[in-house]
Amino acid sequence: MKNKDYHPDNYQELLQKHRKVQPKVASVLDAGHTISRKITSGLAPYAGDWEEDQQAHLLKRVLFGLTPEDLKAIKELSLEETVDYLLTKGTPPAPPINDYNDSSEGIEDPEVPLGESWIHAGHGGDYEGLRTISLKNWVIKNFTNQSTSLEEKMILFWHNLLPIQTWDVFYSKLSYGYFDMLRTNCFGNFKTLIRELTLDPAMLLFLNGTFNNKEAPDENYGRELQELFCLGKGPNVNFTEPDVQAAARVLTGWVVDWEHFYDPGELKVFFYPPFHETSDKEFSSFYGNRVITGKSGDDGAQELDELLDMLFDHEETALYICRRLYRFFVYHEIDDTTESEVIVPLAELFRSGNYEIKPVLEKLLLSEHFHDSANQGAMIKSPTEFLLGLWRMFGMGLESPTLSEQKDQYSSLLWQMANQGMELGDPPSVSGWPAYYQEPSFDKYWITTDTITNRALVGDSMIYWGYWINSDIQLPVDLIAFLKRLNNPEDPNLMLQECGLMLLGIKMGDTTLTNLKAILLSGQQTDGYWTTAWYELIENPGDQEYEMVVLNRLKPTIQHLLQLGEAQLM
Amino acid sequence: MKRRSFIRHVGHSLAVPGMLGSMGFRMPNSKTLSDLLRMATATDKVLVMIYLEGGNDGLNTVVPLDQLSALNVVRPHVILPENSLLKTADASVGLHPSLKGLKSLYDENRFQVIQNVGYPQQNYSHFRSTDIWMSGSDSNELVNSGWSGRYLSDQFPGYPDAYPNDDFTDPLSVELGYGSSLLFQGPESAMSMVISDPEFFYELVDNEDREVPDSYAGDKLKYIRIIEQQSQQYGKVVQEAAEKVKQQATYPQTSLGQQLRIVSRLIAGGLRTPLYLVRLGGFDTHDAQVEASDHTTGEHADLLTDLDESIMAFMSDLEMQGTEDRVTGMTFSEFGRRIVSNASLGTDHGAAAPMFFFGNAVKGGVTGSNPSISSNSSYDDNLAMEFDFRQIYASILQQWLDADASSAESALFKNFEQVEIIGNRALSTSSLAGNGLFVYPNPLNGNSMIRMAPVNEVVTVDLIDMQGRKVASIFKGMITQEKEVKWSTSHLRKGRYLVVMQGANTSRVFSVVKK
Repeated sequence: MKNKDYHPDNYQELLQKHRKVQPKVASVLDAGHTISRKITSGLAPYAGDWEEDQQAHLLKRVLFGLTPEDLKAIKELSLEETVDYLLTKGTPPAPPINDYNDSSEGIEDPEVPLGESWIHAGHGGDYEGLRTISLKNWVIKNFTNQSTSLEEKMILFWHNLLPIQTWDVFYSKLSYGYFDMLRTNCFGNFKTLIRELTLDPAMLLFLNGTFNNKEAPDENYGRELQELFCLGKGPNVNFTEPDVQAAARVLTGWVVDWEHFYDPGELKVFFYPPFHETSDKEFSSFYGNRVITGKSGDDGAQELDELLDMLFDHEETALYICRRLYRFFVYHEIDDTTESEVIVPLAELFRSGNYEIKPVLEKLLLSEHFHDSANQGAMIKSPTEFLLGLWRMFGMGLESPTLSEQKDQYSSLLWQMANQGMELGDPPSVSGWPAYYQEPSFDKYWITTDTITNRALVGDSMIYWGYWINSDIQLPVDLIAFLKRLNNPEDPNLMLQECGLMLLGIKMGDTTLTNLKAILLSGQQTDGYWTTAWYELIENPGDQEYEMVVLNRLKPTIQHLLQLGEAQLM
Repeated sequence: MKRRSFIRHVGHSLAVPGMLGSMGFRMPNSKTLSDLLRMATATDKVLVMIYLEGGNDGLNTVVPLDQLSALNVVRPHVILPENSLLKTADASVGLHPSLKGLKSLYDENRFQVIQNVGYPQQNYSHFRSTDIWMSGSDSNELVNSGWSGRYLSDQFPGYPDAYPNDDFTDPLSVELGYGSSLLFQGPESAMSMVISDPEFFYELVDNEDREVPDSYAGDKLKYIRIIEQQSQQYGKVVQEAAEKVKQQATYPQTSLGQQLRIVSRLIAGGLRTPLYLVRLGGFDTHDAQVEASDHTTGEHADLLTDLDESIMAFMSDLEMQGTEDRVTGMTFSEFGRRIVSNASLGTDHGAAAPMFFFGNAVKGGVTGSNPSISSNSSYDDNLAMEFDFRQIYASILQQWLDADASSAESALFKNFEQVEIIGNRALSTSSLAGNGLFVYPNPLNGNSMIRMAPVNEVVTVDLIDMQGRKVASIFKGMITQEKEVKWSTSHLRKGRYLVVMQGANTSRVFSVVKK
């Protein structure tokens, strides 16, 4: 039973109105068995080639798509320097703002003027719908504006692993606080992250922690804390139902400040001793029969840290998180060799390093295993990697948009990704998106006849008639500007290979290159015809005829490239 | 959300037409209207365009015999020996010795040469001139849609959002070779299904797997391709059409041969797609166009041999499939080549050049006059244009694809004077085999003739509208020998109809249109 009395009376109506894409359950085709192959490489530092293929592989996995600028940023760096660079955090982005006021539509947030942030405002009532979208737009904006850093991708990793659903929370400043907390801790300490998550107001509401008291214990968070956030459901994880209940009892008493719930400013979370269950909490043999002694008064708050210590003392926690990192960044399947050569040593490092995240990421991203060519291209792009990746690579975006146009731009990305099965801010369940956990299909969940059509239409629209922003704006890629960002736009082979490097999960073969060149050269055999056309364009800026000659060839070429199955891989 | 669907992937459902049920009309032999529509396709016309990429050397393809002495002076490096030329009985031209098959078609009046086709203010860039030929624009005009695309968009309003639909389930056009060309770009979206390579086609039709790398990435790629295939908008109709054709004539193992093989298979399988584009590349023969030792051999000869053999295989396959009366073929190239030849045994980019038409319906012969070559030609002299290429498009649109003058004008922006391409033979000798019911002229012009092959029972011939309602009784009785009935159509409203002949064991359908 959810207890969201603070939702407005017309909550369902608001959801219908603002949530343009209702979530649906995807099913996956059984495409026969997967051939199993052994990769024997482990965590030893990778010392092989460090050329553009390897650089692109690393960048694709840690960014949303790949741009020429990303490649340039690390071109001169060693692998170690690159990983260091990727693990550097940037300046936090400015907070989300009211981008939705529209007097002509009678939309006027009484508390927050247009252009001002709502993150300190009180509960917005009906305006929470628009603020929720404003928050999602902000998340997408940060993703598309990412620098060559792992930061944003780690926020997605944690959001998927430790999710809230913003439509359910329906209190945007709290959901914003949750994303901000993920950012603060994204390469920090995992134990700290879990502690902050446990006491995060949005999470206390989402998984009912704030309703968990000794009179009516709510096991929701106590269960997911173990089953989804720390220990997982692996074969060696045998915590019991009484363990779930005991954890829930430990967590009784942590509440949001209901008295000031609707007020502006930070919503406080505090420990309220009268709600706390003061009896001893006994755990099963899985936890070594540990007993957390019940404490009364303010001391009851200390039980939380004892509970976390117990969870983090268990070796399965590090193993579980390392498996989740592996599946997110490397490959969905973990065979015995990978378990013993990669997961186990990585988990040891994680535990011995007191759950610092950065050293684990470093170890993984520097490893032979990560750079094993067998792992290249082996993941299907999620909608973030596909759509936001195209957006970044093509350098899309309205020039000096109004706030309303900017809102439409990011909302259109939001709903497009939702159509493709990934509405950021609202994974389908507390388990996250099935593509990241659901055996045996994993990332195949992203690809259905619907979503593949959708992806194809997105690409076609960008190239031909313009990506749909709103009923007045359809934004096409400026292909010429895109080509100017490449190293060798005038050379058909190098230009196409560079596009392939950024876009395709499998290195472009000769046949594909030949086919693409046939389109680019209108069937001619002489590469120089393209070079001439390109230089004529460059030397005659603004000449429409030269521009059209180039575009008439580029459009079908890039379209063909986007329609390759390899463009769905990374 | 407003979408401009692009053909290769659009996921519209391919609903089977169900519009008859409630109309209270019982169809003969429990055939549904959709079956009848399919049968009616046996009369729908097809134009297959062969694009000779690179600029074909017209002067060495159709040699003006009365200009040979000048040609020997100005193009000594590539000139063909007179005795090698395939001379025509009724015109002063000789075909390249590689075109033996086409020469035999010429002798049967199934092959027509149109001389000196081009456009004013020739552009010598491949890219630009290709765009001009495909867009149908003036030389100095920038148009980013194709003439075929505009024609189709005029004929099939509402595409792509409203397609496929019950009335038209098939791709509007099919192009082979690679990505979508400017030719089929409509004002708002592309109008073609692209079969980027034969492998893709056979993957679709025969469920053949294209090779993937033996790797994790390869496994995922395989999965993605399966889903992609299932999402092909026209995949199912193309597959069904291809499956109906069990046997085909032998084609050369060349790219063009294999492209035409697929086209014939789709036509025979009943696709009502009116336009196809195939390609043959390599005509950009700046050097090594001919072998020094023997000018009848070399790159150009090889290309023309491929063209000749592929077209001949296509023609014999059409006859084998019984579709020969439905198909007309056409060749075009972005330009001809220079009059004066290069010492490197080739020729540079030129201007006007001949176009070919082939098929049972063409008038045949040579249209236009031989160019006049001066033995003082300088390097940059070019052949003058006699026919604007858009005259040829206007002609084939109206004479073959039954476009009216306003459709042709909206596709070509202007009104162009026609050239006779489709001869009267199309009506006078049209075979009744296969269908046994033929109405002409069609579109109906007020007074039509209905030609019927004999049938051993009493039959009725009725006119049915697209809602399945009987509009008129045309004939009832036995047909003991081939019979022609006059039929006045002046009172009919505009629209599509079916002429349906039915008896206990007979069901023949012919689709007509009143404009």
